[in-house]
Amino acid sequence: MTTWFPVALMTAFAALVVGLMVTINAIVGPRSRDPVKGEAFECGNPPSGSAWRRFSVHFYLTAILFLVFDVEVVFLYPWAVTIRQLGATGLVEAGIFIVLMLAGLIYALRRGMLDWS
Amino acid sequence: MQALGPLILSWRSVLAPGIVALTAVVTMLVGSGLSEDESESVGWIALTGLVAAAIASLAASGDHIVTFGGSLIIDDYTAFFYLLIPVCSAVVVLFSFDYVAALGLPATEYYALLLFATTGMMLMAGAGDLIVMFLGLETMSISAYVMAAMAQRDPKSSEAGLKYFLLGAFSTGFLLYGIALLYGATGSIKLEAVAQMVRKHSIALSPFVLLGLGLILVGFGFKVAAAPFHVWTPDAYEGAPTSVTALMAVGIKLGAFAGFIRVLLIYLAPLHAQWSGVLWALAALSMTVGNLAALAQENIKRMLAYSAIAHAGYILVGMTAGRSEVGPALLYYLLGYAFANLGAFAVLVAVEQAQQSGTKLDDLSGLARNHPMLAAAMALFMLSLMGMPPLAGFVGKFYIFSVALESRYVWLVIIATLNSVVSAYYYARVIVAMYMREGAERQAQTRQPTLLFALAVAALATVIIGLLPHPYISASSAAYASAEQVLRPATAALQTK
Amino acid sequence: MIVEFPALNLLLLMPAIGVAFNLFFGYRLGRSAVNTVSVGVVAIAFALSVWATVKLATMPPGSCLQAQLGPWIYAGPLRLDVLLRFDALAAVMSLVVSGVGCLIHIYSCGYMGEDPDFARYFAYMNLFTFSMLLLVLAGNLLLMFVGWEGVGLCSYLLIAFWYDNPLFAFNGRKAFVVNRIGDVGFLLGIFVLFSAFASHGLWTLDFAEMRERAGLISPAIATIACLLLFFGATGKSAQIPLYVWLPDAMVGPTPVSALIHAATMVTAGVYVVARLNFLFALSPSTMEAVATIGTVTAFFAATIALAQSDIKRVLAYSTISQIGYMFLGAGVGAFGAAIFHVVTHAFFKALLFLGAGSVIHALGGEQDMNRMGGLRRRMPLTHAAMLAGTLAISAVPGFSGFFSKDEILQAAYTSGHKTLWLIAVVTAGLTGLYMFRLFFLTFYGKPRLSEERFAEVHEPPFVMAMPLVVLAALSVFGGLIGLPEGVLWGNQIGAFLAPITGRVSAAPAQAVMLLSAITSGVTFIGIILALIGYVVIPTLPERLAAWAQGLYRLLWSKYYVDELYDFLITRPVLFLSSAILGRNVDSLAIDAVVDGTGEAVQGGATAVRRVETGNVQHYVLIYLGGVLLIVGYYLLSALRH
Repeated sequence: MTTWFPVALMTAFAALVVGLMVTINAIVGPRSRDPVKGEAFECGNPPSGSAWRRFSVHFYLTAILFLVFDVEVVFLYPWAVTIRQLGATGLVEAGIFIVLMLAGLIYALRRGMLDWS
Repeated sequence: MQALGPLILSWRSVLAPGIVALTAVVTMLVGSGLSEDESESVGWIALTGLVAAAIASLAASGDHIVTFGGSLIIDDYTAFFYLLIPVCSAVVVLFSFDYVAALGLPATEYYALLLFATTGMMLMAGAGDLIVMFLGLETMSISAYVMAAMAQRDPKSSEAGLKYFLLGAFSTGFLLYGIALLYGATGSIKLEAVAQMVRKHSIALSPFVLLGLGLILVGFGFKVAAAPFHVWTPDAYEGAPTSVTALMAVGIKLGAFAGFIRVLLIYLAPLHAQWSGVLWALAALSMTVGNLAALAQENIKRMLAYSAIAHAGYILVGMTAGRSEVGPALLYYLLGYAFANLGAFAVLVAVEQAQQSGTKLDDLSGLARNHPMLAAAMALFMLSLMGMPPLAGFVGKFYIFSVALESRYVWLVIIATLNSVVSAYYYARVIVAMYMREGAERQAQTRQPTLLFALAVAALATVIIGLLPHPYISASSAAYASAEQVLRPATAALQTK
Repeated sequence: MIVEFPALNLLLLMPAIGVAFNLFFGYRLGRSAVNTVSVGVVAIAFALSVWATVKLATMPPGSCLQAQLGPWIYAGPLRLDVLLRFDALAAVMSLVVSGVGCLIHIYSCGYMGEDPDFARYFAYMNLFTFSMLLLVLAGNLLLMFVGWEGVGLCSYLLIAFWYDNPLFAFNGRKAFVVNRIGDVGFLLGIFVLFSAFASHGLWTLDFAEMRERAGLISPAIATIACLLLFFGATGKSAQIPLYVWLPDAMVGPTPVSALIHAATMVTAGVYVVARLNFLFALSPSTMEAVATIGTVTAFFAATIALAQSDIKRVLAYSTISQIGYMFLGAGVGAFGAAIFHVVTHAFFKALLFLGAGSVIHALGGEQDMNRMGGLRRRMPLTHAAMLAGTLAISAVPGFSGFFSKDEILQAAYTSGHKTLWLIAVVTAGLTGLYMFRLFFLTFYGKPRLSEERFAEVHEPPFVMAMPLVVLAALSVFGGLIGLPEGVLWGNQIGAFLAPITGRVSAAPAQAVMLLSAITSGVTFIGIILALIGYVVIPTLPERLAAWAQGLYRLLWSKYYVDELYDFLITRPVLFLSSAILGRNVDSLAIDAVVDGTGEAVQGGATAVRRVETGNVQHYVLIYLGGVLLIVGYYLLSALRH
């Protein structure tokens, strides 16, 4: 029971804080109900056009590619740090990893992901 | 050379899935360099890789050894699935050739994803820790999401893919949370370590372990399409291209059950009292929902989806019993189920192509007249799924139910038997449609040697596994026994205490 | 004594060869090749059965021949082989199956002479013979179940043989599904027996072993197992409550009705009970149930038969009724007598069906007795054969049915089941009445056919007439294998079967005479009533029907049992299926939204709409419900600790 006590305390405290903030805000906060307030962006410019605008799918593809290689780098950092301990096995494994990523890149290039025409 | 020993051992465990994964990469690279028409021939690369992997599965057989620090396991259980899964995928490839072209699916991506999915399934079978298990599951699932949505001309296909993906992502969260809870409670993701920890009473009954167990049941329940986590199945099965449905109904089930059975029946066996009740409910619900809903279906793919739910229920009946006698029965059942289902979907693919029709029950009318061999094969698969002796489906059901009864799950067996009777009705409907209804005169069939070969393989397997079950049961027994070895000494120690 | 006899394998495989031949070469090689091979394989099977029986008869009582076709299921401690065993019971059954089967195959050559689907027909018939022989020869319960399911499948295929008629296909499916309902019982019975023996470390379903170790089974378990198995038997043998499929099964070709739905398959239930008599003996209450259900079915079916006008339906109800007698015999412990009645019934019922088939064939498919009449003059041979069959089924003394039915009734009386005996005797009278009603309506009185059609009526060709003559001879003289004790050579078949089925103690001779006299007297009353009602004063039945309108309509509508089942079982299941699962989840929600907005659902829009109308949300909701239940369950159980 005693081990759980801090957790319970924490939970109760969190609930209390949130509850307090919401209540105080509701009581104290100023309110204005004019049409400008109801707009999507309170910047003075009336919003125009649909919010559901289409973006070229190339943005997504590039983003995905970026993400893939970004993650690759994330994986390579720890390997670089412990390169000596991991030795030959580590080298082989990282090599396989990089080759696989390269295969992906080749595939992406062949499928024309980086063509902007 | 001495130092290379463990390394060689490790590579043995990864050889078969490695071949599949490598083939996938090769397929992807070669295929993307070819023109649209040429790229269909990459199917042969995929086929070669799958056959090679099936042969390489031998490398994983043997006594229970853990490799890669516990991440992958070498034993006959692994080898059993390393063999079965690529064979099933190969059969799917065999009947995909013309179908991919006819539907205008991107061939390169189709085969590459099929191979990646296969890799995932195999990893699930060989996984020795929960992370690799999860990795396999995700590799398999994500490939399947994409494949389900591949027929871009068909809005139903996109719908299938989207629904499958949404609910799949949802359930992945639960599974991962379950794994995390189990890790939190036991301090390890290695299945063996987890098993040892949960054997201690104090840990086994902690809320973390129980919740983790529950969420893992949810996650696997989704993948094996057990009710109430089955809701995605009919839509996904119906909308996906038929060959992909076959992969979902067979390969994904095999992979998911391979992992599920290993985790639950072997490593979490000490918690049997904790999970058997939930499995009981899942089994009863799956069988009943699956069979009753299948009665009302007019589309065969949808009907087979509900039938797959029902079959998951039958397998869960065996898992509920949880005794080690039931293990071989489950593997044998999966064997029979896999080929009967593959065959049924192969027939559907053939029908869709030969008649340029859909997969409604009406589309099969008069099939016996137009394509007697297709009809005969379909009848065979339906009878096996129905559990008609002496086909594989019957022997498997008998085997599972009798062990469950031995374990005193009387009501569950009664529900199961009643259900298997209800199922006779909708399987019989297919036969009735083919043999006893007149269909429109159709054009002559397109000859497809690979498809016919796939059909022949499935039909022969269904008959032989049922008529001469002995070698298959012993193979299943050996596989399960070798997976169980991990527990023997520990159990003995527990008893002496 | 057990002797290896590999020819048994051949006996079983002969019809299988026929199946393969008909399927693969049938249409290519033509009608005469199909006829020759199909009849030939069954004839060879019959010859082998005779050979084996002769060999068995020369061996000491209680011996058997056996042959092992191969190993089957070896799972853990369980070892089941494809083992065939030929003992006295199997001998009698396989002689009937292959012998009567062979005659009916010959008859079929004529009957199906015009049908373009002859190869399919004979493939099914041979497959049936194979399955039935497997059922009879199987050395263990599970192998028997394979045959059991096989005959059910063939029955379904053959009922729906003329599938152009949707009703026929529907009836086929009805037979199949009703049989599967019985199979639940049968399978559960097997499971119970299996786990009962397994709990004593005896992993077996072998008949001989089970018989030897039957003492291990407690009476309570035996009762459960036997009741379940008997429930399965009521399905296959068309007894209450699962008899509803048999009358509808009559839409199949008539030789099929003769072979499957009269002579052989429907008696499989009786065979099972006789085969497992050592288990049924452990449970007196099950025996009572068997006897009671048999008797009630016999009476119930006989009353329905009185009011039917379709010639084959009358015969179907008479089959149900006669099988009721067999179960009465089995239920009072006279298993030998029950099997004896199976044999004589196979003779005369096959004869009656084939005779009816000749009539139907001659009349171009007419089955309504109200449009027959006076056929005696046009078909003297068929008339004579039908007379032999009718006399035999009515159990007129001297004819085959008399001896077997009398043995059953005597056993019922001497074992103290006086009420059942009384009902059975009344039923005997009803049998005489409805059978002679059929006979008179068909062959006597004024022809009710149009002149020109009547003139076209003709005797069947030789291939159809020959089996009729042989079966007529068997119906007349077949009873001689089981004379009452003390008369001439006595009860040969009873003595032959005794090592397996046991024997009941016979009543004293005087009582035997008296009981026989009573039964025969009641039978004669029935026959005379039929004579009066359908020959002497033909208007009487109509007046009677008008007078007792309610009763007549009740009988005519078969006690509304079909409607009752439809209301109680079929509809609820279909409702559950479509309302809760098929519709609610997938379509109801979508339909409601889609129809509500009144938009046309088309093409691409469907997919999007289905995703957007909350369908997936519904799915997630169901899913989440499951998650909450499981999580709640574990939280609760965690709290308890």
